[in-house]
Amino acid sequence: MRKIDSYDKDFLISILREMNFIRRFEEKAGQMYGLKKIGGFCHLYNGQEAVAIGAVKALDMKTDYILTGYRDHGHALAVGMDPNAIMAELYGKSTGVSRGKGGSMHMFDVEKHMLGGNGIVGGQIPVAGGVALMQAYKGTGGATLVFFGDGAIHQGSFHETLNLAKIWNLPVVFICENNQYGMGTSYDRVSSVTDYSIMGNSYGIPSWQVDGMDVIAVYEELGKAVKQAKEQALPAFIEIQTYRYKGHSMSDPAKYRSKEDLEAYKQKDPILGLKARMLDAGLITDEQFKEWDKEDKKRVQDAIEFADKSPEPPLSDMYEDILA
Amino acid sequence: MAIIAMREALRQALDEEMTRDENVLLMGEEVAQYNGAYKVSKGLWEKYGDKRVIDTPITELGFTGVAVGAASVGLRPVVEWMTFQFGLLAIDQIINNAAKLRHMSGGQLKVPMVVRGPNGPAEFLSSQHSQSFASYFMHIPGIKVVAPSTPYDAKGLLKTAIRDDNPVIFLEAEMYYGWTGEVPEEEYTIPFGKAAIRREGEHVTLVSFSKPMKMLEEAAEELAKEGISAEVIDIRSIRPLDEETIFGSVRKTNHVVVVDEAWPQASVGSHISGLISAKCFDDLDAPVEFVSSEDVPMPYNHTLELEVQPTVAKIVAAAKKTLYREG
Ligand SMILES: Cc1ncc(C[n+]2csc(CCOP(=O)(O)OP(=O)(O)O)c2C)c(N)n1
Repeated sequence: MRKIDSYDKDFLISILREMNFIRRFEEKAGQMYGLKKIGGFCHLYNGQEAVAIGAVKALDMKTDYILTGYRDHGHALAVGMDPNAIMAELYGKSTGVSRGKGGSMHMFDVEKHMLGGNGIVGGQIPVAGGVALMQAYKGTGGATLVFFGDGAIHQGSFHETLNLAKIWNLPVVFICENNQYGMGTSYDRVSSVTDYSIMGNSYGIPSWQVDGMDVIAVYEELGKAVKQAKEQALPAFIEIQTYRYKGHSMSDPAKYRSKEDLEAYKQKDPILGLKARMLDAGLITDEQFKEWDKEDKKRVQDAIEFADKSPEPPLSDMYEDILA
Repeated sequence: MAIIAMREALRQALDEEMTRDENVLLMGEEVAQYNGAYKVSKGLWEKYGDKRVIDTPITELGFTGVAVGAASVGLRPVVEWMTFQFGLLAIDQIINNAAKLRHMSGGQLKVPMVVRGPNGPAEFLSSQHSQSFASYFMHIPGIKVVAPSTPYDAKGLLKTAIRDDNPVIFLEAEMYYGWTGEVPEEEYTIPFGKAAIRREGEHVTLVSFSKPMKMLEEAAEELAKEGISAEVIDIRSIRPLDEETIFGSVRKTNHVVVVDEAWPQASVGSHISGLISAKCFDDLDAPVEFVSSEDVPMPYNHTLELEVQPTVAKIVAAAKKTLYREG
């Protein structure tokens, strides 16, 4: 666990609260799925909060962009997308971020530089390369972060994009959120190497591993990668080791892994870990945290009410949003 | 006769063929230890082991291409695409290799493989996960394309597909693995290129394949209540297509509704509608009616999602329209 002494108290509090908010949001999303208010594949982010928050904190969202896969609620919240509109999207309502057309897997907010939300494993990786190409082309000074799972590592889209990013000097940071499973398949069963960070070497791209249960580590290492992308036009590939507490999606009971493994990871929980360090340093009190947690739950409840009250789209909506 | 679900019928076909021929193997994402994303391969890994039931990484293009190569030298791989949506990543291997190796080698090579998995609309999955791609494969010379709609057909057609010496695209549907029907214990196969007449009728022919077949049968029931007798045809083999059975029915009823859950343009349904219009021109008493998906990407919102697809009501209305009856 990295030290927190050099950090500003408010910054640490914001990280802690934003991670906690994602956790509360996802718990409620899971419940609402159980009540059939949300349908389809619903991939929750519980356990991985430090990745999205640590990474996005290392960015300047005025010039930087992020793209991700279908496990996207956490990233959407991390860039500051409206939780009401995210929940409404999960409900399929017209007030949702994608007007009820995308659902859980397709959170977009172009103004906030969040470009999805992609349902095809590895599909977003070349697209992110293209966003970085624009940044290099126009000299915007920004970088693009693209998140994907350990499952996407083997797709051609990953390998082809790494090569292009290097030969074209694209300011892109590839982030593999290795939560150890692609659906029911543990990553070591389908990977020729288990230290993914060596994969970038074949393309001349600096690559390294980061502990994804430690938000400060994610923040610091992503900071280096983003700086390298911006200042040297050199892409980076980072494998963040994390864990998902829930099944692959709401329909997966996750029988392929042991309770002990899950419990062991929960002992390293990113939220409780940061909270403990902050308590030790005397930066916060337990009471304060409880108070914040209450506020977070209330905000999630507000989102539920907003989604519940929002109107269904009219049928004529189906012919909209197809061509410009 | 035993009543079993679609997934069980498919599993029986795989099981029987793997027992019969040791060159048959199954590969794909989650097919072994997880028993298949839709549980079609349940128990096969326990029975046949790692060598013949193979979990792959998420590399559709890679493992489909590997299957093409294995098939070209004597194995009989069955590839499961978790859904046909992801099969798009592998379509180059189907079009440029599986379908062409025999041709390009002047008949020296053959590619006896099956690619199967769910195709078509699902529920609440938005536009990347709810698409029907039958026409993409119907378009390609060098492959066969089949799509069962009952457990009986699923088993018989899959066995035929595995024994066929050509690449066969075997289209299932995500929403129908739980559908049940009678399947005999004894060995049987169903030839390709033979449509099934599901219901005899006199006034109007309803034609489709795969999951919409259930809607056609319900529509026929609805129409019967109003004294309209519908003949229901399940083409089940898309390529080769049994034109004669379709045309024979149209010659009898002189009215036809074609149903396809894919988008209307350049679809299996539009192809069949075109064939009927051209070849049965003198027998038609009204233009061919075509009920397809709306020409839009699938929305997540459930109300819109259902309305985008063919429905029983839309089929009934189309049948009445072709009969010049009030809807
Ligand atoms: C090209 C493609 N193949 C298969 C799938 C089905 N699928 C969805 S998620 C998934 C597992 C991916 O796991 P990983 O990349 O590790 O991400 P995680 O779910 O762990 O975040 C699979 C196989 C898909 N969406 N796209």
